[in-house]
Amino acid sequence: MREVAIVSFAQAPSVRRETERNEVEMLTPVIAEAIERSAISRKEIGFTISGSSDYLAGQPFSFVTALDAVGAWPPIRESHVEMDGAWALYEAWVRLQIGDVDSALVYAFGKSSPGDLGEVLALQLDPYYLAPLWPDPVSLAALQARALLESTGYTERDMAEVAARSRRDAQSNPNAQVASDFSVDDLLAEPYLVSPLRKHDCPPVSDSAAAVVLAAGDLARRVCERPAWVRGIDHRIDPHYPGVRNLAESPSAALAAREAGVGDAPVDVAEVHAPFSHQELILRDALGLDGRTAINPSGGALAANPVMAAGLIRIGEAARRIMEGNARRAVAHATSGPCLQQNLVCVLEGD
Amino acid sequence: MTEAINAETLSATHILEYPYTRSVGPVIGRFLAGLRDRRIEGVRTAGGRVLVPPVEYDPRTGEPLSEFVEVGQAGVVSTWAWVAAPRRNHPLDRPFAWALIRLDGADTALLHTVDAGDESKMATGMRVRVRWRESTAGEIHDIACFEPEAS
Repeated sequence: MREVAIVSFAQAPSVRRETERNEVEMLTPVIAEAIERSAISRKEIGFTISGSSDYLAGQPFSFVTALDAVGAWPPIRESHVEMDGAWALYEAWVRLQIGDVDSALVYAFGKSSPGDLGEVLALQLDPYYLAPLWPDPVSLAALQARALLESTGYTERDMAEVAARSRRDAQSNPNAQVASDFSVDDLLAEPYLVSPLRKHDCPPVSDSAAAVVLAAGDLARRVCERPAWVRGIDHRIDPHYPGVRNLAESPSAALAAREAGVGDAPVDVAEVHAPFSHQELILRDALGLDGRTAINPSGGALAANPVMAAGLIRIGEAARRIMEGNARRAVAHATSGPCLQQNLVCVLEGD
Repeated sequence: MTEAINAETLSATHILEYPYTRSVGPVIGRFLAGLRDRRIEGVRTAGGRVLVPPVEYDPRTGEPLSEFVEVGQAGVVSTWAWVAAPRRNHPLDRPFAWALIRLDGADTALLHTVDAGDESKMATGMRVRVRWRESTAGEIHDIACFEPEAS
């Protein structure tokens, strides 16, 4: 495999409602910052790819409009996935394996605020058995949370501890949206939203955008003091219908983690994309992470969950810790679909 | 200052529609036609598992599936979630439970609703029975909901 590294990362602060700027206006400074930090000139970027969803933007081919943020000149080789930007990064990594280009720009954006995520995300479900019932993401996650609580030793207190730790850690993340020091007892005294989930078990509604620059081999070493090398990356999927699998576990995340080599050496830091508190518990087990790994020091998706960008931000946050010299080996994870249906795992290492 | 800027932000209602027409095919179509006749059918895999609702391909092996099996109209709740405040599109307009329900004779669970009245009436492992909609049309909504089975 050709060596590929993340050499820069930029993101917009996540906010509940970005009213003043459209997607292009949110992306423009983020892309400019990522390219500037990469020390690769804009016209030298060999491949450009984005991840986003028309269903959030409320207009077909919204990703084409977003290209205005990349610039109209020079002509570029470009692609798009209707997925979280983490999967766009996967395509860019594959593209760099071909060997004819040495760098790639990956960006993702999601403005969740103009619509109602409870309805928008129901539309990703199969249109015959599921979508006509409009099961919203919180309801589906609640089915999964109860399956976990009743088949394992995990408790609602374990879930509240994940939420409290995430939002406490988010206090040192200037891009986080929900950052505060909550007591677990206070959280457990709150009423249920959709039982067994309380509000703190659920992610905020977020608007944000993020960008990553990848570079291969010598170019990465030349432009970046401490490149975050992609040592393993894999994505797997479980069956779509929630009634055909055991929701208390995530076989696809476990398989992706094994293929990416998570367990081959100790992990300093892991950024896992767990929009709901109980999903971190499932993912810790699936990825084989224990107390020696710092999990979601950014606060994770419970502190900011811009749909379509939150997974790419996990990869960026993990890479940033290596590029800044605070971690040697990091794991990033992204999820897509209902109840952790699809999972991507990326292992990053410093030199 | 910020207040003044916000007050001048232009906004407009935008209605988004994706008016696609879909054909349901030989497996989903047969299941939905069964619902119209108040019958619930699953499909049997080569390994002998009965999948309800049926799918065209075995999720484990990818083999095409075509052996239909009628299953029971009652079953067991394998997990559930209580919705105290239904959303506008939810199937019921009063507090209800989402549930995964393994119907008698099935090996997988169907996602639907349970009209239990109160959260205290819900428990994993409880038995529930289908309540049909008054007039059926060949769609998942032909099952109005499930209700706790009289014990």
